[in-house]
Amino acid sequence: MTPDLECTDLTKRFGDTTAVENVTFSVPPGSFFSILGPSGCGKTTIMRMIAGFLEPSHGDIRIKGRSVLNVPPNKRPVNMVFQHLALFPMMNIADNIGYGLRRAGLSRADIDRKVQEALERISLPGIGARRVEELSGGQKQRVAIARCMVLEPDVLLLDEPLGALDLKLRERMKVELKSLQAAFDTTFVYITHDQSEALVMSDAIAVMNEGRFEQIGTGRDLYYRPDTAFVAGFVGDTNRWGGRIERLDGDSMALRTDTGMILRGATHGRAFAVGDRADVFVRPEAIRISYAEDDLSQFDNRLSGRVTSILFDGAASRVIVSGADGPGEIEVNLPQSGEFAALTKGAEVHIGWASDQGNCFAAGAR
Amino acid sequence: MRSEARLGLALLLTPLLLWLSLLIFLPHVDIFLVSLRERIGVGKYQISFANYLTFFNEPLYLWTFFRTAVMSMLATVITLLIAFPVSYYIAKMVKGRVQSGLFLLCLVPFWVSELVRTFGWMILLRETGIFSKLLQAIGLSDGPVEMLYNDGAIMLGLVYTSMLFMVVPLVTTLESLPDEVIEAGYDLGGNGVSVLREIIIPHAMPGIVSGCIVVFMLSLGNYLTPTMLGGKESLWFTELIYSQFIVRFNWELGAAFGFMLLILSSAIVWGMLKLTGQSLEKTMG
Repeated sequence: MTPDLECTDLTKRFGDTTAVENVTFSVPPGSFFSILGPSGCGKTTIMRMIAGFLEPSHGDIRIKGRSVLNVPPNKRPVNMVFQHLALFPMMNIADNIGYGLRRAGLSRADIDRKVQEALERISLPGIGARRVEELSGGQKQRVAIARCMVLEPDVLLLDEPLGALDLKLRERMKVELKSLQAAFDTTFVYITHDQSEALVMSDAIAVMNEGRFEQIGTGRDLYYRPDTAFVAGFVGDTNRWGGRIERLDGDSMALRTDTGMILRGATHGRAFAVGDRADVFVRPEAIRISYAEDDLSQFDNRLSGRVTSILFDGAASRVIVSGADGPGEIEVNLPQSGEFAALTKGAEVHIGWASDQGNCFAAGAR
Repeated sequence: MRSEARLGLALLLTPLLLWLSLLIFLPHVDIFLVSLRERIGVGKYQISFANYLTFFNEPLYLWTFFRTAVMSMLATVITLLIAFPVSYYIAKMVKGRVQSGLFLLCLVPFWVSELVRTFGWMILLRETGIFSKLLQAIGLSDGPVEMLYNDGAIMLGLVYTSMLFMVVPLVTTLESLPDEVIEAGYDLGGNGVSVLREIIIPHAMPGIVSGCIVVFMLSLGNYLTPTMLGGKESLWFTELIYSQFIVRFNWELGAAFGFMLLILSSAIVWGMLKLTGQSLEKTMG
């Protein structure tokens, strides 16, 4: 099947700086594709190149197999939901949604019918006569999507459209966006710096850093099997230790940290040699905490230490444990079974994790 | 406490009220009263509408009146047509230092007095002026060309004098239009014309209207430019007022003319606001 969107070797230079470098990806029809990266990584530049507001310095963009390089933005079969939505304040809601249809030269009756359908699709029937500023943030969001979707684009681009919403609404809109995508059955390309938005909604995510794609994969891939140290550090939280490799045995390895602690980890197929410097990443939620050392016998990494601080944050509560033999501070997630509700600062605890939870990358690698 | 606050408010408002009443309200009342006087003998006056009747019965006065109004409207339209692309360029196409530099360039002519600026145009346009010499030098004309003292020269002067007052409100309103709204217009299938018509102009409407009001008022009440560039026979309404007051010592008729000008400008501005569906609060706020 021809992918809806295909970018090959996409590169954009502004003077001496390279904003996007050799980015290649393809998005299959009907899927939700996210580009996740810190601000300034070049994700907006990619988006603007696909929409047609920027010319790539090199590379090709194909939509449904056809190159759109020399097609102006108003002729491309892609539409964009802008960061601040960019609804037209001088028009009412129905005229906003009907704008693209009027440009396409549809008859008045057809436009009215399609606008009504779109308003019902986004469950806001009867708001056509209202003004843009009378709508709430979430409603504007849906109108902005409907305004694009009435044109039945091959690809819908979304440029961090949830950024301006408050936390509760953002959580709800995540679910809603995903269901709107399913309802319209259109390919969505979504860019964000918020990993939770990307993880919740996407079929595939590309993690971007400094103009390059670090890894493309499903949310699970990125989370459990990061390809690079950047992905391991950017997606989810993580503990990180630097050290030198002491022993290699197939996929498993042992590393002596700079503070002298021995940690066991997995190479996950990456090539290392004994004596190499490497970094080990372990997620706080992969670490088990216990009052009794015996509970942790199944883990090959075990430590004892004291709680130096408790970061209470409801379901995402953490403690920071300082190891007895001085491996520095380790962030550990608290299980929410209530067992540790009475945990206090200074309490003696034992922690442990399985070696394959420790992702190991060559030090210095980005 | 309450009475103190009230006293404070009164003191704060006093300069404004004094200014409004002494410099605007009282003179107008006085002019209106003067315009209603008819001289029936030496030092003898009676109240009548004779001055207004003179105005309506003399075709030259009426003709000058309408000519001034039409020329001012034309000057406003031309100023708008020239200023809009200039403002769009300054507000949207350039950024940072270039933007403030260009804006400053619009302002520079206003550092010298209007008189000097108008003389500048006279130097360019007169028979022995630069344009005339240039045309002769490149062989487009056999003899000296007089470009002063016609309606074209008046129009040029009016547009030139008014440009800044159109550019400033336009730049301000156009700057407040987010780039992404314009981009969305293109992204959803619009071309340059439809984006301009459906998005940019409706957004800029308050700026367009307030710029037009200011430019129209300035042109209608302009005395210097029509007189200097249009000559003595330029038939500008302010010249009629001037000659009644200063040359003929007929203050009564001059006052009536002045009042007619006030009514004319108010009526046209009101009509323009109605026509464009704008309100004064929206444009000035």
